Amino acid sequence: MSSQTPASPDQTPARPLVRFSKVTKRYGEHTVLDDLDLDVAAGEKVTIIGPSGSGKSTVLRILMTLETLTDGLIEIDGEPLWHERRGDQLKPASEAHLRKMRGQLGMVFQQFNLFPHMSVQRNLTEAPRQVLGLSRKEAQSRATELLERVGLADHANKYPGQLSGGQQQRVGIARALMMRPRVMLFDEPTSALDPELVGEVLHVIRTLADEHDLTVLMVTHEMSFARRFSDRVCFFDKGRIHEQGTPEQIFTDPREARTREFLRAVLEPDV
Amino acid sequence: MEWISYLGPLWQGAWVTIQLTLYSTVLGALLSFAAGIGKRSSIWPLRILSAVYVEVFRGTSLLVQLFWLYFALPLAGNAIGIDLRLDPVVAGVLALGLNIGAYGAEVVRGGLKSVSQQQLEAAQALNFTPRQTLWRISLPQAIPEMLPAFGNLAVQNLKDTALVSLISLGDLAFRAEQVRNFTQDSATVYTLVLLMYFGMALVLAGMIKLLEMSVGRWRTVSR
Amino acid sequence: MLFAIAWDASSSWSLAVSILPILLKGLWVTLQATVVGFLLAMAFGLVLAGLKSVPLKIVRWPAKLVSEFLRDTPLLVQLFFLYYVLPDYGLLLPAFMTGALALGLQYSAYMSEVYRGGLEAVGSGQREAARALNLTPVRTFTHIVLPQAVPRIIPASGNYLVSIMKDVPVLSVVTVLELFGVARIIGDRTFNYLVPLSMVGALYLILTILAAWAVRTLDQRLPKHGIALR
Repeated sequence: MSSQTPASPDQTPARPLVRFSKVTKRYGEHTVLDDLDLDVAAGEKVTIIGPSGSGKSTVLRILMTLETLTDGLIEIDGEPLWHERRGDQLKPASEAHLRKMRGQLGMVFQQFNLFPHMSVQRNLTEAPRQVLGLSRKEAQSRATELLERVGLADHANKYPGQLSGGQQQRVGIARALMMRPRVMLFDEPTSALDPELVGEVLHVIRTLADEHDLTVLMVTHEMSFARRFSDRVCFFDKGRIHEQGTPEQIFTDPREARTREFLRAVLEPDV
Repeated sequence: MEWISYLGPLWQGAWVTIQLTLYSTVLGALLSFAAGIGKRSSIWPLRILSAVYVEVFRGTSLLVQLFWLYFALPLAGNAIGIDLRLDPVVAGVLALGLNIGAYGAEVVRGGLKSVSQQQLEAAQALNFTPRQTLWRISLPQAIPEMLPAFGNLAVQNLKDTALVSLISLGDLAFRAEQVRNFTQDSATVYTLVLLMYFGMALVLAGMIKLLEMSVGRWRTVSR
Repeated sequence: MLFAIAWDASSSWSLAVSILPILLKGLWVTLQATVVGFLLAMAFGLVLAGLKSVPLKIVRWPAKLVSEFLRDTPLLVQLFFLYYVLPDYGLLLPAFMTGALALGLQYSAYMSEVYRGGLEAVGSGQREAARALNLTPVRTFTHIVLPQAVPRIIPASGNYLVSIMKDVPVLSVVTVLELFGVARIIGDRTFNYLVPLSMVGALYLILTILAAWAVRTLDQRLPKHGIALR
C-alpha cells in the first residue's frame, strides 16, 4: 500500500472514498436517517458517537448493503453503491453490482458473528477461498499472518465457542481483513464484551488500522478510544450529524448544547 | 418351541422391511431438502411447487397415496397413453419417500429458519453468494438442529413400511399374515413381529443418536 | 350398504357424481373413528403419563417401556394383533371398536408426551411461588399448573387428532367401511381406482386444511398466560 498521509478533516480531498449524499432511511413512519451527508477520505478514521436509536449503526448497515436506503445516494470512490449508471441515468443496483461494491468493504459486528461450526482458521479462509478464489495455500498463509497480528496464532484450530469474547472479536477483525477491504466498518465492536476484555480488542484495532493504513468508519461508546484514535468524530442525533470535528474540538469544546449534554451524561454519569 | 420355526419367514420379511426403510428414508431425505429449501427459494415457481407438494402429501393419508400410485396412476397413464404401471417395490418406496419427504421438508424449513439473521449478515458482508451461504453457513448449522426430528421421522417411516404389505410386498407385516394364516397361532406370531419392529426401531433411533453426536461436535465444545 | 347402491360408470364424471353419496357415508365413519380413537388416546395417554411420573421405579420403568413400545411399532400390526388375538381370549369386539382401540393405544404414547410437555412447560418457579404462598398441592395443580398447561396441550393434541384421521384408512383392513375402504371396494367393482381414490385424496385435503385452520385459530384464541379457573 502507498504511504500517503491520512487526509486531515480540514483539507477536503478531491474525491472522498465514501460519500453519503442526502441519504434517508425510513421504517414506515419512523425516520432513522434524515437527509444525511457524510464524506470519508481515504485513510481517514471516522468515529460516530451518539445516543442509542440515533441511527448510528444504520449508517454502517446501509453501507454494508445489509439494509436498503429509502432515498439519496452513496458513492464509494465515485461509484454509486446502491445504483448503477446506465447512460446518464441511475438505476437500482443489480446483485452483481452490489457484490462488486461489497468487495471493497469489511465489517466487524457487535456480536462478532463468527461461524460457530468452523474452526478459527476456517472462519478466516472460507470467504477468501470461496469468494476471492484464493488457493488453500495463499489463504492459509494470509490467515497465519493475520492471526499472529491479532495474537491468536495458537488458537487457529479451536472453535469460536472455545474462545473468550475478546478473542472472538479479534478473530472477527482478522476475518474481515482477510478480504483486504478498502473501508473497514466497526459496529460497536466492544459493546458485547466484559469490561476487562475491551482493551485487547481496541489495541488490535488501533495497531492494524495504523499498519494497514485503513479507512475506518466506527460506531462506538468508548469515548477515550474515540478521542485517541479518530481523525474526526461525528455526533449523531435523530438521524443527522448534529456536530462533527476533530476529537479535540468535540471532546473539549463542543459547540452544540445537545453534544455537551450527551458527553456530560456519558463521561460524568450522575451517580 | 413352535415359534422358532416362524423365525425363518419372518426374518425374510424383516430384511425386506429394512431395505424398504433404507431406500425410502434416503429418498425422503432428498425430497425433504429439495422441498424445504425450495420453500424458501427466491424463485416463485419453485416455492409454489414445494408448497403444493408438502400440502398434498401431508394433507392426505399415506395409505391413500400408496394405493393411488399403485392402482390409480396406471389408469391415469392409460388415459394419456403412457405406461405408468409400477412394480410394488417402486410404488412402495415412492409412496413412503414422498410421504416422509413432505414431513421432512417442514423440518428442513424450520431448521433453516433457526439459523440466526446475524450469521446471514456476516456471510453477506463477506460477499458469499446466496448459494454459498446456504451450503456453507446455513445448512451445516441447521442440520444438527434437524437431526432429532429426522430421527423421529425415520422411525415413523419404518412403521409405515408395514402398509406396503397391503399391495402384496413381502415385508415383515406380510410374512406375519402368511404365517398366521398357516398356523392360526395369532398371539405368538404377532407378539414376535411387534418385538421385531420394536427392535428395529430401537436400532434405528440409536443410529440417529450416533449421527447426532458426530455432526454437531462444534456445538458441544466450550472453553 | 354398498350392495344396494348402483353407480354410473359410463364416464369419469358420472361415476364421481354417483359415488359421492356413499363416499360421504364413508367419511362419516372416518370422522367417528377419529373422534372415538382420539378420546381413547386422551384417556390412555393420561394413565400412561400418570404412571410415567410415579416416583417408584418399578412402576415408572415398565410404563416407559410400554409407551415406547406402543409408539415404535406399526399401527397395522397392532391392529392385527387386537383383531386376531383378543377373540382368542374371549373378547369379541366389533371391527370398528377394535380399530378405534388400536388408534387409541398407538396415540396414547404420543398423548402422554403431550401432557408431560405441557406440564413441564410450567416453570418450577410457579410451583415454588405456590408453595411460598402455602397453597395445597391439589390447589397448586388445579389452579396454578393446569390452567397454564392447557393452552399448550390443546394445539398439540389437535395436531394428533389430524394424524389419527389420516391413519383411519388402516382400519379398512379389518373390514371397517370408512372413506378409504369404501373407495377401495368401488375401485374393485368398477376397475376404476382413479376416480374414487382421487376423490378420497381431495376429501382428505379439504379436511386437513380445515383442521389446520381450526387448530391455528384455536391456538391464537387461547390466552397464552393460561385459562383461569373460578
